[in-house]
Amino acid sequence: MKTGAKILVESLQREGVKTIFGYPGGVVLPIYDELYDSSLQHILVRHEQAAAHAADGYARASGHVGVCLATSGPGACNLVTGIATAYMDSVPIVALTGQVPTNLLGNDAFQESDITGITMPVTKHNYLVKDTADLGRIVKEAFYIAGTGRPGPVLIDIPKDVSTKVINEPPVPEKVILRGYNPTYHGHKRQIEKALQTIADAERPVIYAGGGVIISNASAELVDFATQLGIPITTTLMGIGCIPCDHPLNMGMLGMHGTEYANFAITECDCLFSIGVRFDDRVTGKTDTFAAHAKIIHIDIDPAEIGKNKHVDVPIVGDVKSVLRDMLSMLKKNGLKEAWLKKVRHWKQHHPLKCPSDGGLHPQYIIRQMSELLNGDAIIVSEVGQNQMWTAQHFCFRHPRTWITSGGLGTMGYGFPAAMGAHFARPDLPVFDVAGDGSIQMNIQEMGTVAHYKIPVKIAILNNMFLGMVRQWQELFYDRRYSFTELPPVEFVKIANAYGIEGVKVECSEDVLPALRTALDCDGPFVMDFRIEREENVFPMVPAGAAINEMIGGHPR
Amino acid sequence: MKPHTLSILVENKAGVLSRVTGLFSRRGFNIESLAVGPCEEPDMSRITIVVIGDDEKIEQVMKQLNKLIDVIKVSDLTNSERVERELALIKVTAELGTSRAEIMQIASIFRASIVDVGAKSLILQVIGDTDKIDALEKLLRQYGIKEFVRTGTIGILRGSKTVSSLK
Repeated sequence: MKTGAKILVESLQREGVKTIFGYPGGVVLPIYDELYDSSLQHILVRHEQAAAHAADGYARASGHVGVCLATSGPGACNLVTGIATAYMDSVPIVALTGQVPTNLLGNDAFQESDITGITMPVTKHNYLVKDTADLGRIVKEAFYIAGTGRPGPVLIDIPKDVSTKVINEPPVPEKVILRGYNPTYHGHKRQIEKALQTIADAERPVIYAGGGVIISNASAELVDFATQLGIPITTTLMGIGCIPCDHPLNMGMLGMHGTEYANFAITECDCLFSIGVRFDDRVTGKTDTFAAHAKIIHIDIDPAEIGKNKHVDVPIVGDVKSVLRDMLSMLKKNGLKEAWLKKVRHWKQHHPLKCPSDGGLHPQYIIRQMSELLNGDAIIVSEVGQNQMWTAQHFCFRHPRTWITSGGLGTMGYGFPAAMGAHFARPDLPVFDVAGDGSIQMNIQEMGTVAHYKIPVKIAILNNMFLGMVRQWQELFYDRRYSFTELPPVEFVKIANAYGIEGVKVECSEDVLPALRTALDCDGPFVMDFRIEREENVFPMVPAGAAINEMIGGHPR
Repeated sequence: MKPHTLSILVENKAGVLSRVTGLFSRRGFNIESLAVGPCEEPDMSRITIVVIGDDEKIEQVMKQLNKLIDVIKVSDLTNSERVERELALIKVTAELGTSRAEIMQIASIFRASIVDVGAKSLILQVIGDTDKIDALEKLLRQYGIKEFVRTGTIGILRGSKTVSSLK
């Protein structure tokens, strides 16, 4: 005989869960009592939103399902931003929430909220458990759904009486069988042949690789394929890391803040091989002119992504790794497209990303110093805004799953808690969170958590006393009317010190490297408050709705 | 842009209807009509939805529906030979000795049945496709429709084919 709470904890352990991020409350008391002497590691965050982001960071860094736990009502609602973030970026997490007892459901009881209703649009699936006997099966299904196919968040809402009820635990089925859920992993042979032929016929092919490559762990296959055929690769924000940054075929990121050469190549290519991407508006700019001369091939495990935003000539539904392996096995030798590669090399040479060097403290310089110091052997997490774009542009990533950022939802406050989660996934690697002074203040309370558990997250705040990205748009498109984007100065080191965390304020470029070294050598968490040029912009930039080769802030062509 | 009749086989579980309809509103599709009920399998239900859109939009909505875990199968009946029916109950003003006879005549032409006779009104029950019911409503309007209640469209393929055999 077991309580529901015990069944829950044992089910989590059966799924291989080691660490969960959570915050206790009334209706999860029975679950917390079970956690008290369980071998599961529970990290007490300071706000439930951070629990969801930490589970997400854990999942992105490890490739395994992350788990968070919150109480009913406000606790559950505080998870929502984190769940939506995971949903937009296809991150497998299981969110556990407490709920009022079943006899009070729907009565507006204390701390009741309809969290399955609220999260329906931002979860891959969710459950309200009505019977303790279903709990074991539901947990198994939830992990299966979260982690397979196109991954995503799954929420399980557990009423208090379901946790306390004592039952004879029914056997959990060996295999999950859901007749409405059968992801396609293997690509259609004829479509794969057609794709290979389309690529062989092309003069100016480009690979456009996204988060799907990272999720599918297909980076090696991708680089192998591109190298054998000599096809330049551009990655989305989510795809960064799938090819080493300094690989000769890598053109960096495309889109709104992409490199000029990637955007030129997309505009001029005659074959666009799209892999695990979704033609997001931040990538395509004006869709009509995006790769307008190209035959488009698209691999995705989610059929709904194919043809959603842009017509596709050769669709292939399947897992990126499986499809690329099939393509590699069917590959026929054909000559490299030398003229095209030469053109791309020429663009790369004449349109590099700019890094100002006028003696001021520039964020691009800080990121490049960080990149040199860490040499790709670190996990870099970012917040959202200018800090995120500078990092994406200037840090040299060498491995998949070492770049963690909120792409689709663009969640400020994501980075710090996600960095905590990433540490538990990869305790062997240093973890840096690149933040802005705006973003860091959205979850700054997590300094309590990193101090409490000595989580060695290094926070690099690019402090310009502005909500920088919005300010940039105001400068460029709203006549410099800085409406509510200026932030008064904050002494972040003093805040860190109050939590018992070391930190340093950096005001000139000579002090950047020593500060980064001190942070890296420090055993625990560390805060760097970089006082950067206040009105630095992220360039190049494609204005909203423009074609992606119409960039501002680039080099003359 | 034309109406498409989607036949959606779902798990017979709590909350499934709101997952399906929520998806329509969230992705900006207008539901023209909706009918839900049990089907040949005891643990499944069938939802029939009529939605207006071009082929690409309909394809996208079908793909999104297929992603719902509780949705077992989605079929578009629009391009197949099929039977489609709606049922309507129409309460028409009909004082004794006035237009009653005319209304009853119209009813018989439409093979509608009179299911209630009151002192001042009649209730007609009619079964047919959308156009037939629209036509009857239009004709009856001149007499004064007090209330008009109509089910969503349901549809079934002609011959021995079933929606499960559709692509």
